[in-house]
Amino acid sequence: MPEREQKHRSTSTKRETEEETDEHSASTASGEKLKAELDDILDEIDEVLEENAEEFVRSYVQKGGQ
Amino acid sequence: MAIVKVCGIETEYGIHSNNSHDNPVSLSSLLVNSYVTDLERAGWDFENESPANDARGFSATNGQPPQIETHLVNAVLTNGARYYVDHAHPELSTPECANPLELVLYDKAGEEILRRSVASANKYLPAESPVTVIKNNSDGKGNSYGCHENYLMDREVPFSRIAKQIITHFITRIIMVGAGKVGTELAGNSRAIPFQLSQRGEFFEEEIGLETTLKRPIVNTRDEPHADPARFRRLHVIVGDANMSEVSTFLKVGTTALVLAMIEDNWLDNADIMLANPVHAIHQVSQDVGLSTVLELVNGTTATALQLQWQIFELASDYVEQNGLSVLGDEEVGKIMMERWESTLESLESDPMSLSDQLDWVAKYRLLQAYMDRHNASWTDPRLRAIDIQYHDINPEKSLYNRVGMERLVTDNEINKAVVTPPRDTRAFFRGMCLAKFSNEIASANWDSLVFDLKDGPLKRVPMMDPLKGTADHVDTLIQGSKNATELLHGLEVQ
Repeated sequence: MPEREQKHRSTSTKRETEEETDEHSASTASGEKLKAELDDILDEIDEVLEENAEEFVRSYVQKGGQ
Repeated sequence: MAIVKVCGIETEYGIHSNNSHDNPVSLSSLLVNSYVTDLERAGWDFENESPANDARGFSATNGQPPQIETHLVNAVLTNGARYYVDHAHPELSTPECANPLELVLYDKAGEEILRRSVASANKYLPAESPVTVIKNNSDGKGNSYGCHENYLMDREVPFSRIAKQIITHFITRIIMVGAGKVGTELAGNSRAIPFQLSQRGEFFEEEIGLETTLKRPIVNTRDEPHADPARFRRLHVIVGDANMSEVSTFLKVGTTALVLAMIEDNWLDNADIMLANPVHAIHQVSQDVGLSTVLELVNGTTATALQLQWQIFELASDYVEQNGLSVLGDEEVGKIMMERWESTLESLESDPMSLSDQLDWVAKYRLLQAYMDRHNASWTDPRLRAIDIQYHDINPEKSLYNRVGMERLVTDNEINKAVVTPPRDTRAFFRGMCLAKFSNEIASANWDSLVFDLKDGPLKRVPMMDPLKGTADHVDTLIQGSKNATELLHGLEVQ
């Protein structure tokens, strides 16, 4: 693995440095936003998830597939 | 020199209704029939249709399962796709595509066709038991259905070499392209397995074989090229999951097409990446959420799936440096694919959850974790299985995939266009354009031929034995300039 990493890094160091700088600052700044988004998604899922999950899961049967 | 990896995907969709009287074969036929019927009647306009009855005997009024034709339907569409009922599932085969990004587009167009079919079919079904279509690969009870990839290969390359050399990629690519699944469906698994990277992985029991429904093999030996058998082979790949994520589909097809080209060019002949026990390894990788399980290699050493993917990526980088990316059909698409492959492996190494807006299994895993945290639920809670299935629902109002902010590679406008128009760079162009313009004069359409009925004289068959002939460059002018099929066929003869 170290050998691979060294070779790999050497081929892409420049691009990585540029992109990671942007991504890191962006992800730090938006960490709270992401969590809020996930909360929103969970709210939505509570709304759209099949009401009787157990029955839905039980009745979903698919035979005759490849 | 490797040939361009013309590619396509066949997807068997899960189909469900809460009416226990509906059987999946009838429902699947209804989907395909009602889609095709709406096309014929509405002339591509789906919006203004509200039929109460249909000449075929559909009825929306009595609340009973509709009376429909029970023969297995098989339609060829103007985008070059084939849409049919296979066993007890609706199945859509994309048209042949010349590059992996185009295949992402046509895979999504296939989903849109199923979505429109659901809307058409539900007009014939009672409102309280509409049909639901799920793009996944298992029902959670041990029944699996496939998403098969196809790649054009040079017939001169011995099959044994392809099989031997592709198997490590088939198994280790799962860390990028698995669709994720709650639990296990194998009765023999006594150990608790909360989550797997792959829907399909645990169903594989053999290394190589012809079967697709029993004793599934990692490398399928079906030899049905749908093209000149002296020149071409179609590698039929049954080991993959159906992906909702466009990035996952792009990586699945792009990396595999490139590795197959490398095999054609003897690039992997000395690669030391052979797995000692592939069947055991695919089960291990599927269960390896931590990406740390070591797999035994033939050479006596071990490596993780991620390490093996890095090795394959490095070999691919060297290959591309020497040979370019024309085998992927488009150099620019090829470059994007290589960058995405590398960045995905980097992220899997440093922070897999950062891919939760890109890869299916990561998105699903993160969602399930968050749901468990909020509801204090465990992995065996049926709501988690419901989330697992509903992630793959193609109805945008139900689909959980639609709600988790996944990165897009193609636009809705492009998808809507691809529902009705074929790819320009393969023979699918000829097939699709002829069906759009001369459908009244076409007796039958297939992957490798079109048969015309000109009303006077015998049927005329136009063979399409080379998937890279019949492109827009070759035939667009002729098709545009032909008023009818007689003129078209005359023009083809002159050519």
